[in-house]
Amino acid sequence: MQQITLLLTSLPDGILLGFVYGVAAMGLTLIWGVMNVINLAHGPIIALGMFGTFFLFIRLGINPYLGLVPIAIAGLLLGVVIYFTAVHRVINAPHLSSLLATFSVNMIIIGLATAALTTSPYNVDFSLGGFKLGSATILGTRLVAALIAILVTGALYLFLYRTRPGKFIRAVTNNRAAAELMGVPSTRILALSFGLGTMLAAVSGALIATFFPFNILSGGGYELKSFVIGVLGGLGNPIGALIGGLILGVLEGIIPTFMETSWVPVIEFGLFVVILLVRPKGLFGAKK
Amino acid sequence: MKSWQKHLGLVLPLLVVAGVVLWPIITDNVSARESAFTILKAIALASSLNILLGYTGYVSFGHIVFYGFGGYVGLYFVNDHGWSIWAGMLAGGIASGILAFLLGKAILRLRGAYFALATIGINEAMKAFANNFDLFGGPIGMVLNFSVYKAYGGAAEALKMTFYIMAGLTFAALLISHFVRSSKFGLGLLAIRENEDAAEVMGVIAPNAKTWAYVLSAIIPGMVGVLFFFKNGHVEPPVAFPLHSSIELLVMVMLGGQGTVLGPILGAFAYQGMRGYLVTSDFFKDIQLSVSGVVLLLIVLFIPAGAIGWLRHRIPVLRRVLA
Repeated sequence: MQQITLLLTSLPDGILLGFVYGVAAMGLTLIWGVMNVINLAHGPIIALGMFGTFFLFIRLGINPYLGLVPIAIAGLLLGVVIYFTAVHRVINAPHLSSLLATFSVNMIIIGLATAALTTSPYNVDFSLGGFKLGSATILGTRLVAALIAILVTGALYLFLYRTRPGKFIRAVTNNRAAAELMGVPSTRILALSFGLGTMLAAVSGALIATFFPFNILSGGGYELKSFVIGVLGGLGNPIGALIGGLILGVLEGIIPTFMETSWVPVIEFGLFVVILLVRPKGLFGAKK
Repeated sequence: MKSWQKHLGLVLPLLVVAGVVLWPIITDNVSARESAFTILKAIALASSLNILLGYTGYVSFGHIVFYGFGGYVGLYFVNDHGWSIWAGMLAGGIASGILAFLLGKAILRLRGAYFALATIGINEAMKAFANNFDLFGGPIGMVLNFSVYKAYGGAAEALKMTFYIMAGLTFAALLISHFVRSSKFGLGLLAIRENEDAAEVMGVIAPNAKTWAYVLSAIIPGMVGVLFFFKNGHVEPPVAFPLHSSIELLVMVMLGGQGTVLGPILGAFAYQGMRGYLVTSDFFKDIQLSVSGVVLLLIVLFIPAGAIGWLRHRIPVLRRVLA
């Protein structure tokens, strides 16, 4: 009985967090789907999103949710810059090259940010109150963040399926050579996809900053979670990522009721390796 | 080819490593010995990774897991069961080898980025496991009792001894790297790297060859782990399984040239040297990570074959000496 109460208190929180994890993973999996590149700079960009919220809210007093707009635009531009400096030349090279190229971006961002911001924790003191749902307390910030995550997913879906650049992105995902023959400007589309991926990372970071304290290294943990979610939902399948995020959130809600919280990462990464082995296309199939 | 010519490529690597070993012995300088220890450790780990990465073409992003796991097992026996450092190192090496064998049977089926992701997952899972495993001391890790060093003539003598053992391990890593490369087994690995399906058609039993390459690349890191934690006197999860060290090893191998014997040695030497310079320089010390990142990016973008690969490509005469 006590365990059920515990489950009911921790599960809603896990689910709400899961949506936000899903947005971060969507960025990773979009980039993977379009260009077969695993973006190891994902973590630091999530962290930059967190700092975006910090500076806009604490220094300039802009509402964190309004601040998402400039953060998203900055994330998009940063992604395009990263694409042309680091990724474009190695896009057809073996995986090691693109992994190391994006990792070098990771080192550059972390190095500069550590020098400028140190690694001591930052906190965005922002609260929307909360309300009781049975035995669980739902925090307003988490509920709004989950709603925004759903909105972002919907917008991404509409963009990919209803607009011309979105259709181009899907065409390049399916077959870049064929898309080029049909007149799709593939370089611009690849840069746009990378930008969208980093934009989603930055937005998820900006949302996470409203719940937890963070520093420039905090993104790493969410990057690893994004790998797990991406593999759960199928690498290259952005909508699957949201469901993968939910699964991870639910797991994080359930596991602490029957074992110590510190075992959560063991289960997460164990599951990750098992799914890679058994169903590398993910639970819901890879890119479509 | 005459049989001695086949081993010509071993000359330069041996000379370089011998130079690193002799430098602190000749100058009789303790701080030089510490620097040399770090360089030798990097050389041994990078050369081991090269067997999998350079010869077989599988990108292991979590190779440090063998260093951490072997180190934990070895230190556990030294600490809790009073084994000598020799027996502890043997246990660590064997434990890492067995882990690699079991993992290899499972994850070497994955190719490309999927394999790389799986190795990251394994490293993180192992770190989280060590954090929870009471036998290994959980999050606190294990601290060696100072009296352990008495058997080796006190702490100072034990420190000196670890340097010589490290030198021995580095030479062992070098010899393994060379003999794998010049053997028929190594030729099979190179064939897998170029085209795994074609290699299988030509009679290379790829799953077995890959697994043994993985095991060979895991044993020395396991032993180095035991030695390093023995020298440091303690081990804890973040120190044992640092993901960024795995990637530093990749950088070293890339810098020098993957798939060559000399490449990882030069790469390790250059990387540690550069890092040492950046950390101590007034101008760069705050942004040393960024500078390393820029250097890595330039290498990946413009000389992906690494220094040795580039030289071999440009000056064909050198191919015999620079193996």
